[in-house]
Amino acid sequence: MRAFTLLDGLVVPLDRANVDTDAIIPKQFLKSIRRSGFGPNLFDEWRYLDHGEPGQECSNRPLNPEFVLNQPRYRDAQILLARENFGCGSSREHAPWALEDYGIRAIIAPSFADIFYNNCFKNGLLPIVLDAATVDRLFADVQTQVGYRLKIDLPRQIVSTPTGEEFMFSVDAHRKYCLLQGLDDIGLTLQHVDRIEAYEAQRQKTAPWLFG
Amino acid sequence: MSAQTLYDKLWQSHLVHDQGDGSALLYIDRHLVHEVTSPQAFEGLRLAGRKPWRASSAIAVPDHNVPTTHRSAGIVDPVSRLQVETLDKNCAEFGIVEFKMNDARQGIVHVIGPEQGYTLPGMTVVCGDSHTSTHGAFGALAFGIGTSEVEHVLATQCLVTRKAKSMRVSVEGELGAGVTAKDVALAIIGAIGTAGGTGHAIEFAGSAIRGLSMEGRMTLCNMAIEAGARSGMVAVDDKTLDYVRGRPAAPTGEIWDQAEAWWRTLVSDEDAVFDCEVTLDAATIVPQVTWGTSPEMVAAVTARVPDPAQAGDEGRHKDWQRALTYMGLSANTPLTDIAVDKVFIGSCTNSRIEDLRAAAAVIKGRTKAANVKLAMVVPGSGLVKRQAEEEGLDKLFTAAGFEWRDPGCSMCLAMNADKLEPGERCASTSNRNFEGRQGQGGRTHLVSPAMAAAAALAGHFVDVREY
Ligand code: SF4
Repeated sequence: MRAFTLLDGLVVPLDRANVDTDAIIPKQFLKSIRRSGFGPNLFDEWRYLDHGEPGQECSNRPLNPEFVLNQPRYRDAQILLARENFGCGSSREHAPWALEDYGIRAIIAPSFADIFYNNCFKNGLLPIVLDAATVDRLFADVQTQVGYRLKIDLPRQIVSTPTGEEFMFSVDAHRKYCLLQGLDDIGLTLQHVDRIEAYEAQRQKTAPWLFG
Repeated sequence: MSAQTLYDKLWQSHLVHDQGDGSALLYIDRHLVHEVTSPQAFEGLRLAGRKPWRASSAIAVPDHNVPTTHRSAGIVDPVSRLQVETLDKNCAEFGIVEFKMNDARQGIVHVIGPEQGYTLPGMTVVCGDSHTSTHGAFGALAFGIGTSEVEHVLATQCLVTRKAKSMRVSVEGELGAGVTAKDVALAIIGAIGTAGGTGHAIEFAGSAIRGLSMEGRMTLCNMAIEAGARSGMVAVDDKTLDYVRGRPAAPTGEIWDQAEAWWRTLVSDEDAVFDCEVTLDAATIVPQVTWGTSPEMVAAVTARVPDPAQAGDEGRHKDWQRALTYMGLSANTPLTDIAVDKVFIGSCTNSRIEDLRAAAAVIKGRTKAANVKLAMVVPGSGLVKRQAEEEGLDKLFTAAGFEWRDPGCSMCLAMNADKLEPGERCASTSNRNFEGRQGQGGRTHLVSPAMAAAAALAGHFVDVREY
């Protein structure tokens, strides 16, 4: 996993609530047995005017000019500004894979769906919760100022605007540590092999039916 | 010891290590695996040279991509086929039991777990699928995980997770005739919203919930995720134990007695305190129909499509407007005036035997309306299918003009060949009415099996209580 420390990135605003994982990456792309290459199909149904299928070359498909990601001013954005309950719906990790593959590194929203939020951290993506009023403000700024960028400082847990205004955000200590180091959770958990084995041994006595 | 909720008890009995930073290592008893969210996890194991920690805790089944007709001919779509073949290969390589596509026990992962007794009270159950919440109906702690976590559970039998807040949703009183667990689930989501349970583990309680069958409780817990909660659960009672007893993977003899003694303790203590409480009066719940593109956009079948002007705040106004445009509906249309093109009875929400019986009971010798192009019944598993055939339900459905299919996820998410065409409107017993969920441009209305059957007969939504 790619480590995340500091980011100075262009912001793209996606102004709708309850963006679900079917919208982030439609189900036909879930047939892949790979983990990469989902970027061109991020928001496929909103981004293109035709129907996308897996394995199709996307560079010559008709783009929906209305969709925000297609506007030239937001090209190469790395920070997605979103509304409440972003990432609701299914558990598909293809959603953060698609965002990451597209080039998004952080998402700022007033709230996220739980599974999506969790999946982001496993893939080097930083989901940041800021209060609704602040998010409103950022939407107004990004829509009125072409080239609007934000700085994200994960060690200090701060988002700062071009005028130097700073917003604190919270992030769980364990997740922060893993993200800063780019660490794989499995390796960390396997440091507790003794504890897992001890638990299992005791459980085998008290609940033998679980081990049939 | 202070009073504990059911969730506290499940959490504590599976705690391997409190990491002191808000996260904890939680032991996982049962791991359900399907073809869509597992290939990259197995690949990860292989690349790291790891083995499953306890392969016998896992059970795999292909369900999302499988065809529901002409199954013996195999899967036509090469991409779908490769995904199912990859599951077969991975299970063989890592020693995981799999019910393959042509096994009589194959079915939707959340239907076969309980059916086989792989889901037992007091377990932690995970699956790379958000509707894993279904299994909470057994007094289990069950929740969906992402693919990285699938790999993590395979490799370590644990998850790094943090304790959720607790919420109790009590439904008190008696449900009226024609009102089902699906209507209760939709009414709850209508009341608290699709993010109402975010960050919480929901316990469903109250006399109306105790009155539900295990099938009904599964329907309800299945939709906990649509209320934003990763897990939903119902306390153990006699119904739970009666359902589990005699299932292929359930304990027997002395071990059953030992298990039962513990399972009986899996209820919230009387004076347990929840972080949040919601109460609904069962008598006020009527059959529900969703009108929009989120499960919270739901109304009583007796109501009209709402007017965005009445949405309250500006954000909601925009959401409602967009939903109505997508759904091709105008404000103030009575829901019973909405005609449907297709009817889908199936999915992990409503494809169990009781659901099929409820739908069949509505038919009573009538036939589907001419404007309904397709009405299909997709049983949740091969065993549900067989049972329904033994009861003659398939004959009732086919005589009414419904198609009787093979088990799988089917048009719940349209990963196989079963899908809506752009603009088509569907009465569906599934759980998500998101844009494009059942096919690009498709319009989904979520309803109970009885309501879906009634809509197929009438050609439009009707109040099943009067039908
Ligand atoms: S039936 Fe639908 S919701 Fe259930 S597991 Fe299959 S795709 Fe998911």
